[in-house]
Amino acid sequence: MSFFGLDCVTKTERELERKLRANDREYNRSFKYATNAIKTSKYNVLTFLPLNLFEQFQRIANAYFLVLLVLQVIPQISSLSWFTTVVPLIFVLTVTAAKDATDDLNRHRSDKRVNNRKVQVLINRKLRSEKWMDVQVGDIIKLENNQFVTADLLLLSSSEPLNLVYIETAELDGETNLKVRQALPVTGDLGDDIEKLADFNGEVRCEPPNNRLDRFTGTLAFAGQKYALDNEKILLRGCTLRNTEWCFGLVLFAGQETKLMQNCGKSTFKRTSVDRLMNVLVLCIFGFLVCMCTILAIGNYIWEINKGSNFTVFLPREDGNNAGFSAFLTFWSYVIILNTVVPISLYVSVEIIRLGNSFYIDWDRKMYHSHSDTPAEARTTTLNEELGQIKYIFSDKTGTLTQNIMIFNKCSINGKSYGDVYDYTGQRLEISEQKDSVDFSFNPLADPRFVFYDHSLVEAVKLENPEVHAFFRLLALCHTVMAGEKKEGELFYQAQSPDEGALVTAARNFGFVFRSRTPDSISIVEMGKQRSYELLAILDFNNVRKRMSVIVRSPEGKLSLYCKGADTIIYERLHQSCSKLMDVTTEHLNEFAGEGLRTLALAYKDLDEEYFSQWKQRHHEASTALDDRESKLDELYEEIEKDLLLLGATAIEDKLQDGVPQTIEELSKADIKIWVLTGDKQETAENIGYSCNLLREEMNEVFIISGHSSDDVREELRNAQTSMKPNAAENPVILSEEAGEGVKLIKDEVVNGEYGLVINGHSLAFALERSMELDFLRTACMCKSVICCRVTPLQKAQVVELVKRYKRAVTLAIGDGANDVSMIKAAHIGVGISGQEGMQAVLSSDYSFAQFRFLQRLLLVHGRWSYLRMCKFLRYFFYKNFTFTFVHFWFAFFCGFSAQTVYDEWFITLYNLMYTALPVLGMSLFDQDVNDVWSFQHPQLYVPGQLNLYFSKKAFFKCAIHSCYSSLVLFFIPYAALHDTVRDDGKDMADYQSFALLTQTCLLFAVSIQLGLEMSYWTAVNTFFVLGSLVMYFVVTFTMYSNGMFLLLPSAFPFIGSARNSLNQPNVWLTIVLTSILCVLPVVTYRFLLIQLCPTINDKVMFKVRQAKATPPPPPRRARIRRSSTRRSGYAFSHAQGYGDLVTSGRFLRRPAISLSSGFSQVGRAATGFSPMGRSAGYSPTGRPQNLKVPDVEVTSLQMYRTITDPSL
Amino acid sequence: MVKEKKKSPDRPDNTAFTQQRLPAWQPILSAGIVIPGFVLIGLAFIGIGVGLFITSRDIQVLEMDYTGTEASSDCNKCAITNTKNCMCSLDFNISTLFKGPVFFYYGLTNYFQNHRRYGVSRDDSQLYGDLTNFKDPSTDCKPYRVDSNGKPIVPCGAVANSMFNDTFKLYQNVNGQRNLVPFDGKGIAWWTDYNVKFRNPSVEPLKNAFNDTVKPLFWTRAVYELDFSDPSNNGFLNQDFLVWMRRAALPNFRKLYRRITEGDYKEGLPAGNYTLEISYNYPVLRFDGRKKVVFSNVSWMGGKNDFLGIAYLVIGSLCVVMSMVMLIVYAKFKFPEDN
Repeated sequence: MSFFGLDCVTKTERELERKLRANDREYNRSFKYATNAIKTSKYNVLTFLPLNLFEQFQRIANAYFLVLLVLQVIPQISSLSWFTTVVPLIFVLTVTAAKDATDDLNRHRSDKRVNNRKVQVLINRKLRSEKWMDVQVGDIIKLENNQFVTADLLLLSSSEPLNLVYIETAELDGETNLKVRQALPVTGDLGDDIEKLADFNGEVRCEPPNNRLDRFTGTLAFAGQKYALDNEKILLRGCTLRNTEWCFGLVLFAGQETKLMQNCGKSTFKRTSVDRLMNVLVLCIFGFLVCMCTILAIGNYIWEINKGSNFTVFLPREDGNNAGFSAFLTFWSYVIILNTVVPISLYVSVEIIRLGNSFYIDWDRKMYHSHSDTPAEARTTTLNEELGQIKYIFSDKTGTLTQNIMIFNKCSINGKSYGDVYDYTGQRLEISEQKDSVDFSFNPLADPRFVFYDHSLVEAVKLENPEVHAFFRLLALCHTVMAGEKKEGELFYQAQSPDEGALVTAARNFGFVFRSRTPDSISIVEMGKQRSYELLAILDFNNVRKRMSVIVRSPEGKLSLYCKGADTIIYERLHQSCSKLMDVTTEHLNEFAGEGLRTLALAYKDLDEEYFSQWKQRHHEASTALDDRESKLDELYEEIEKDLLLLGATAIEDKLQDGVPQTIEELSKADIKIWVLTGDKQETAENIGYSCNLLREEMNEVFIISGHSSDDVREELRNAQTSMKPNAAENPVILSEEAGEGVKLIKDEVVNGEYGLVINGHSLAFALERSMELDFLRTACMCKSVICCRVTPLQKAQVVELVKRYKRAVTLAIGDGANDVSMIKAAHIGVGISGQEGMQAVLSSDYSFAQFRFLQRLLLVHGRWSYLRMCKFLRYFFYKNFTFTFVHFWFAFFCGFSAQTVYDEWFITLYNLMYTALPVLGMSLFDQDVNDVWSFQHPQLYVPGQLNLYFSKKAFFKCAIHSCYSSLVLFFIPYAALHDTVRDDGKDMADYQSFALLTQTCLLFAVSIQLGLEMSYWTAVNTFFVLGSLVMYFVVTFTMYSNGMFLLLPSAFPFIGSARNSLNQPNVWLTIVLTSILCVLPVVTYRFLLIQLCPTINDKVMFKVRQAKATPPPPPRRARIRRSSTRRSGYAFSHAQGYGDLVTSGRFLRRPAISLSSGFSQVGRAATGFSPMGRSAGYSPTGRPQNLKVPDVEVTSLQMYRTITDPSL
Repeated sequence: MVKEKKKSPDRPDNTAFTQQRLPAWQPILSAGIVIPGFVLIGLAFIGIGVGLFITSRDIQVLEMDYTGTEASSDCNKCAITNTKNCMCSLDFNISTLFKGPVFFYYGLTNYFQNHRRYGVSRDDSQLYGDLTNFKDPSTDCKPYRVDSNGKPIVPCGAVANSMFNDTFKLYQNVNGQRNLVPFDGKGIAWWTDYNVKFRNPSVEPLKNAFNDTVKPLFWTRAVYELDFSDPSNNGFLNQDFLVWMRRAALPNFRKLYRRITEGDYKEGLPAGNYTLEISYNYPVLRFDGRKKVVFSNVSWMGGKNDFLGIAYLVIGSLCVVMSMVMLIVYAKFKFPEDN
């Protein structure tokens, strides 16, 4: 354990190959591999202060103020007292340190929690429960069902047949289905025999630690034999063991060296574009400051030569100080005085404003999801204004746009469509929750969560319509779902993909209950009667076949083939007699597809016994063939799956989250481009693209890029470009080299019409290559919407990076799963969908909420306001401080460039802290130009943010000019008014203290009135702050200048009496009025004329609001968006490859089965305790209970480890 | 389906503040406010401006330079020879009654009382009569903290050291006879300075407090014997000293010297010839400074200052003109009402 919290591990030479021996700690220790303890915290008690201060002073502003402080201590230079800098600096440092400390404390806690988890480790031939952090490389550990994998393991043996284990990798790659891992037979034989395991002394040689999740190479040497190891035998930390009673594994990588931790990477510190602009500006200001100081120093030099040298009678120089040295000192004195151009309170205020606006997000009830009891959360409090500038949104699909719930929505059986509800007049009704759903009480085995609204279908079932029966029988038989039954009648299914689960559940509710399966039989309850079908073959699903079939023998002995698959595929294989039915069904399919449903066509065929036995023989031969097995099998499948009879079609709704299409429409009106990046298949992704309004029928064209070679992809991209912009090829990609920065930027190009782009993962890999990325980006940016499917987490991040690199635009990534983490971290803003099972996305996100639709509010309301407020704040803040500071500059010309301040020192100290802090904070916390309803009504209001209109270098320059004007007024009006004048009793008034008081009072009035002009939303609080600050100014001033304060500390309060003696003079007040009015009038005139001559969108909307007054527009109609239907293939099956061969292993398994005495009849038992939920292969026909918050979820910042204690799920 | 469940603690509160629905006044720069506003402000400013201008015009000011750079000036001899206690005089004529009360100022130009190093060179605690600071003046007073023998200077610092020490006597010449115009030197400093900020040490006699200290280098008399005629006008509470110590904001300034409020001159200085007798001590020529004397009376708005009145008039007129321009723009380019 490193005492100082620093990694004391000396970096040894890079590990080239990992060697380890099971059960031999001595040997393994010699390599100094990392233990399984993880550490994400940064400090400990001792290192906190020095490290934290060191970090803080790395911030340029803090360092600057430290330098200032040092300058102020030098008496020759010090033009201001030290306290003017120390007080704010200490305040800032303390606040930041406190925040860092709490953050680190949380990290310590979560580390501790993870490190102290218990796992069973085989030590000294005994299983012992050990803490995670004590696990070492080479240990053999035992995992149980639903446990998290402790470290990266080599699977040795498992409780399941064939040494299989099922794992859920959602935390690692976000894939929804369960994965299978299989141990080597030689280690599988060890079983759970502790003695054998303890004797196991296999030696592993494998790759060094790396972050590739999908690859592993290594060898196991055991008993004189060498075995190759690949990814199929590895369990990675971060996975969860599912559906497997126990398994044993050998630790290969531990702690920081696990692939999960290697993948975590350092989360980069995100800064907003306003931050970056501010940094540039601050540098400019420093330059400007140096300029001013240089001018004044030169002025001082000239003054010293011309006047000062003659003035030495009254003001002798200090020994040996000649004019040059005096100028040098003056330079630094003015650096101190003019430092208020970059006041430290700027940084504090910015943080406070961001914090406040983050709280608004946390507090927003309209972003609170009552269903899952999840409020929105701003996890990063420093990025708010960036939310108002988003140009690109990268969204995950599953779980973000969709709920990852498949619902059996409609079907077409024998030419009749079911699923819609009509009223008496034949009008189709909108289905809502209030509609009475079909009563399934006739079926005791029905799933109570399944909801269907069309009563005619259940009537048809009850009337024993043979086609309807055949339809549901097919659904109950043709699948690879496994069933579990904890109690009699309490069935639950575990499916590889949610679509399959939905179909089987539908059949279950309509009276064809799939009850259990063995490798060679399927038991279903048909309308209350138990029947067992002999399962003769599964012709499994894959991406090329796009269909699956089963061949079963009914209890009556009838041989049938049931087939379901993509409609286009099935149609090719139908018997001619179906042609009429095909037409009707096609119509229905079109209708379903038009509604964005995922369709499957169902067909069957009765088989001839003789033919089948012959086919089976050939099948057996083919499946044991040594070469070309795949194609031989395919041929066989092709042969038998023909002349099918069409039964009908199913339509499954990949249920979108609420309000997704509306949100997308609204966001695209705000000129935000939405790219969907999904790991799903092209068809599914496209389908969702249509159903959530990303792709539209009206679009001129949707390009599909799916080339398999670099040239193909380039060709396809070029073609797309040419068809969007015929002359695109002629003018090469427009690149504008940003001056100085060397950053290439691609300009937005305007094309006629709307286009969509769908690109496949394998093509994306080519498109993201250096040589092609610009082509890709250009094409993609020409399109209205972009969908990337089958992308890996890494590719998601790459796409985001690509846009970030070549577009000066702010990006946002939204996702819910661990596979979105990379993209969430890469984008400027990461948003996680919370309230669901997976938490890793949320943990690395900047904002989280429960529903995609809240994004609209986050951006269009909170983001816009935050940006507006931040910009107003910055503009005003720079204005008020420049004005404040420039007056010193003018005064320098009249005081011999002696670094004499214009104002009282106390005023200088308190100006930013007290007199102007609250009003400007009030403005930046409450201001809104139009309220949220209008913001939604006019999404265009969002556009200025994307274009950086409110605060830019230009706006800053305007501020400076404005300040320059104001400071001139503020200096010369009091100058002229006071010059040679006297009080009404003849006494002097043109003294320094009266002048200081007059100028500072004028300044305060001028900036307060200016603030009033900036503020467009005067709440009581604002009014209180503004008036309060003015009152406060007078109270403080009179107190500071009072007799009492002077008597207390004569040298600290020399301004005694100035307030009383000046502020009772009428011409002082006349001067104040004149100055304030003169500062403000030109601004009002300019703004008024600007509004009249070239009104911005804001002005227009505000004008409209004013006209509409108290009647806000009705909220936009939340109608379900229906499209004209065009045929699209949208078949369900979210997985790539079925595991039919596992289900039936032993009969058609290509690999000969080893021990299958009990077969899969125990699957049900093995599955007990498994909870189909969330992103696992869970599905729910209604979707409600599934995605709810899992109780007692323990969360760490690194991994999502859950303890599921609710057994009812 | 969602029934009113028991309130979750995570559910955000529904308050106007948290939901950002605070009632607010939302002013916009509409023509209905801006144009009449400008007209009103313009008219008000013109009104004030006229008042100020007239008031200022009625204030009489007589300003005379006595630096003595010109050979014709009587003070020329003092200016160039730099002899001690040089006396010179300045003759002038007042054609109409100079209405009283008349204030008599001395003025200096090109004099940087507002220089930072000059300004800080003082010790307020010492001036407050703190005897510890008599023995050990604040380091701010450098280089007038101690004399060459290391004795502390009281009052220390550049401001005190450079105190103006010309004195004036005014005579009215009536029929060849010189009548002394009585000067009133009481209460010419700020009340707060005299009563609060400055205080003599409570030592009787005052002189003893200054044991082991030296007077400022330029001074001919110690601070406790500045005024022989009035013993109470000595020490730090000497009115001229107080006036000097209130340093000026700008390099050209005037300071009140005396008031003319007594005797025959209560109503003002009658028309006639006057002679100002000057004890010329203060050197200004080295730094191109000028010395002036100013006679002035005051009004409710203080001394003569034309600037404010003119500024109000100009800005008021500008406002009215701008309101016309805005009206034209508004009528011509009226905000497009339809979106």
